[in-house]
Amino acid sequence: MTVTETASEWQKASYIAGQAADARVNVELETEGMTLNIGPQHPATHGTLRIVVRLDGEQVLWADPVPGYMHRGYEKLCEVRKYLQINTLVNRIDWLGSFANEVPYILATEQLMGIEAPTRAQYIRTVLFELSRIANITLFLGDMGVQLGAITPVFYAFRDREHVLNLIEGATGSRFHPNYNRIGGLKDDLPKGWIADVHAVMDRVRHFCDEMEELLLGNEIFSTRCRGIGVIPAAVALDYGMSGANLRASGVDWDLRRDDTSSPLAWKHADWKVWTHPDGDSFARYWVRLQETREASKIIDQLLDGLPSGPIMAKVPRIIKVPEGEAYVQTENPLGVMGYYVVSRGDLGPFRVKIRSASFNNVSICPWILRGVYVPDIITILASLYFILGDIDR
Amino acid sequence: MTDTPTTEETPAEEAVPAVEPVESDPVREALVERLAAQFKDAILDTHIAKGDLWVRVANATWHDVVSFCKVTLNLRWFDFLSGIDWLNNPNLSAEKVWDADVVSGELGLTTPGYAGAETRFQVMCRLKNVETNVGITLKADLDADNPTVASVVDVFAGADWHERETWEMYGFVFEGHPGLRHLYLPGAFEGHPLRKDFPLLAREIKPWPGLVDKEPMPGEEAEPEEEAASE
Repeated sequence: MTVTETASEWQKASYIAGQAADARVNVELETEGMTLNIGPQHPATHGTLRIVVRLDGEQVLWADPVPGYMHRGYEKLCEVRKYLQINTLVNRIDWLGSFANEVPYILATEQLMGIEAPTRAQYIRTVLFELSRIANITLFLGDMGVQLGAITPVFYAFRDREHVLNLIEGATGSRFHPNYNRIGGLKDDLPKGWIADVHAVMDRVRHFCDEMEELLLGNEIFSTRCRGIGVIPAAVALDYGMSGANLRASGVDWDLRRDDTSSPLAWKHADWKVWTHPDGDSFARYWVRLQETREASKIIDQLLDGLPSGPIMAKVPRIIKVPEGEAYVQTENPLGVMGYYVVSRGDLGPFRVKIRSASFNNVSICPWILRGVYVPDIITILASLYFILGDIDR
Repeated sequence: MTDTPTTEETPAEEAVPAVEPVESDPVREALVERLAAQFKDAILDTHIAKGDLWVRVANATWHDVVSFCKVTLNLRWFDFLSGIDWLNNPNLSAEKVWDADVVSGELGLTTPGYAGAETRFQVMCRLKNVETNVGITLKADLDADNPTVASVVDVFAGADWHERETWEMYGFVFEGHPGLRHLYLPGAFEGHPLRKDFPLLAREIKPWPGLVDKEPMPGEEAEPEEEAASE
């Protein structure tokens, strides 16, 4: 069929490019092949991802990521849990932005039940969602430096991330695994004085972004090691289902926070901008995430200024029993698009939960993108793709 | 969102919403029409609800439908590919309330979800158009004894890992996949963990620790349960 032929042209192009790279290496250098094992314990893997790399000299012939060292079987466990108990499980998927993991799952359940949380709860959800985005991405902003040999940024990142974690702890009672969402609303209202603290910390976050810009983006070594490294064209990124900043760095202007108009969350009430970058390289991915952190701090400031009063819980039956049906809800999480496909057959627990995590798709591009690069660039690319192992292995 | 006042009233009766208020969704209806015009009888069932679209297609046309959606319907973003086992849940947690015939593990297929299912296994794939933010869930039935479907790796390169995962978790064979190897599990692993008849050993050995207030308190006898038993 002609349809299929056009569809696989990227595959062919990548294959031909790989063959050309192999041929060039073999002719020029006559090197001996070597298989290099990266990980499972490597700082660039944010957990335990093992990558088997076949090298010819300094150049990668093929790379094969081996996930699964942290697989916890959440999709199976979800089938034997009640709806609210699953909230505790999904917290642990992307452990740096835990709050953001809960939200799409709770929204999917609410959609199945026909419940909608009150406006105030949606505002607070959105604020905490963005706070967990900052907590997640600040670590990346510093960590990318340390992967490339600049030790200072990571200390700055941990220093300022601590303030954000304190805010999350102040509202939810827990730094990493808030478990703060309930079906139909939230566990508690915000504590007194919290909003003023947030505004102060948001100023710090914006200052931190400025610092990172001066420390890293203007740094010549950083620039040289990132620019033009790991270029992902937009069509390939879409093919692999990449999302979040990785996709926007390839020039695709798509952000569910803005484009998902049916979402009940409160992003539509704030004035902010979706940043994209045309280059698609490691530098672009860093740059987009840096801008995203700034925008997140602006969103939080605006939403807290316009925070409506009212209840934080909708009327929910005491025993949560979800009617039959299927729902798929996605949100724009710190690492990319995260979705939960919940199938209910009218029980106290779901029949099937498919967890669509962002990092799984983002890392599945590794065999394609690592082909033909040099060994030090592997670390740059892995760091710039930015994945959390819990988000791959689930 | 517009029909929230009605949904607040309905939970009391707990009735199955047989006829939902039909909201016209011209974008998704147009997609269904174009799919039906191209594949005719191979489109087995469709369902549009709450701004989302489900389409169940014949197994033999799975690959063609996916590539048609990508190339012609411009649903270019590959979201995920996975499976469902419609076998009834065995009562693993001893906490959920099920009917006796459901617990027995028979293939009941009483409620096979949106767009239906005729056999035990179903493969599903989710695609999206990032410009219009319109998504589609494609489904296809797989034979229970020989779950085989065409691979879509040549359409979406990103389907590679998803098909490997679905293969090891459900045992679906994707014909034409370049290398169905284990992704998460060790190479010698036997069985397919996400099938409903695969035992969750942690629950078999030890009951769910969250199961509190099940035993009667020391001074009390379990009177309500005796009553229930005598009936």
